[in-house]
Amino acid sequence: MNPETSPPPCLTVISLAARRGERLLFRGLRLTLAPGQALWLRGRNGGGKTTLLRLLAGLGAPDAGEIERCEALFVGHANAMNDDLRAHEALRFAAALSGLEPDAAAVDAALARLGLARQRDAFVRTLSQGQRRRLALARLALPQTAPLWLLDEPFDALDDDGLFALQGLLAGHTQRGGSVLLASHQAPPDLMLDTLDLDDFAVAA
Amino acid sequence: MRHLFLAVLWRDLRLAARRPSDALLPLAFFAVAASLFPLGIGPEPQTLRQIAPGIVWVGALLALMLSVHTLYAGDRADGSLEQMLLAPQPAACVAAAKALAHWLVSGAPLIVAAPVLGLMFGLDATTVAALAASLLLGTPSLSLLGGLGAALTLGLRNAGMLIFLIVLPLAVPVLVFGSGAVAAVAAGEPAGGHFSLLGALLIGSLLGAPVATAAALRIATE
Repeated sequence: MNPETSPPPCLTVISLAARRGERLLFRGLRLTLAPGQALWLRGRNGGGKTTLLRLLAGLGAPDAGEIERCEALFVGHANAMNDDLRAHEALRFAAALSGLEPDAAAVDAALARLGLARQRDAFVRTLSQGQRRRLALARLALPQTAPLWLLDEPFDALDDDGLFALQGLLAGHTQRGGSVLLASHQAPPDLMLDTLDLDDFAVAA
Repeated sequence: MRHLFLAVLWRDLRLAARRPSDALLPLAFFAVAASLFPLGIGPEPQTLRQIAPGIVWVGALLALMLSVHTLYAGDRADGSLEQMLLAPQPAACVAAAKALAHWLVSGAPLIVAAPVLGLMFGLDATTVAALAASLLLGTPSLSLLGGLGAALTLGLRNAGMLIFLIVLPLAVPVLVFGSGAVAAVAAGEPAGGHFSLLGALLIGSLLGAPVATAAALRIATE
């Protein structure tokens, strides 16, 4: 077997620079994410973690540099769900946006995985913050998700059960060869992850 | 692409059905505004018959423009808009679905209500039919153009007024040919040219508005 061959990286970033408004946040950022690798993006508040994730997802253009990535699923800071939808409708819509058409069983299974089985028919506006976050993360529990997960502060508002469910999802995804890049201002609990500190690339104000 | 289009369309229709008072506001405005004119101008039948096409058309234009500013604002606020733009299919698909949902919820009821108003103004049956037909052909353009205006002003204060000002130059031809078609029919003159131009404006809107709206949405979510 040719020792040179290895699966192509899921994400390659070269010399990336990003700006928010007039201010240059970071520059010269490079990173590579291999299949099966999980990376924790850390950095101070306002340092550009969210900006970086959004750029990687495809929202907006960087100031400089290149991004090359496989198909990605982005769960941002906002939960991206309309208050007047029922929980299973919101999840089904999120799946449709990814090009998926899960059947009812798959949707229910995903909800159950995040502990939302009894909230299946509840309107989103009746859910607590933690429940909404779980619902936003339920997309990750659907079959056939994208190989690269870009998660912005996924642990926020989650209780212990939610954290446990999310850890399980992350572990399962990387075991199947998927990649994860998650931004969090707090250390991901009980997870061994590679770390990327965005402050290393920060531009002095 | 069809899957995304239908998913966005169904979602918007479902949401409108769950907030019926919001959905019926344009219709209520349309009916009230049009009904005020006979009271303000006087009940002279000849005058009313003459101004009816214009009043109904202006009422429809205003009702649609006033209801379009919420098309993207809610989705932007809760983060759904970003996710829609991240879908693998072109964002023009989302824009088209949203415009269709807006037209079905806000525009189609106007077309149903217009004949009632037409009769109130004393129009004869042929003219009422022409009124409904012109609205059927013209209001989809207004929804498409309104969606473009909503996307361009997304996130701005006073977006409602700005939409109106931005969309007005594009919407005026629709208004002119729409009411002109009805006036022609009422006067017994051929209206084929007016209807053809309405059709052309619709085709132009269908081809141009979703793509331009998608570009505006991308800028708004940067």
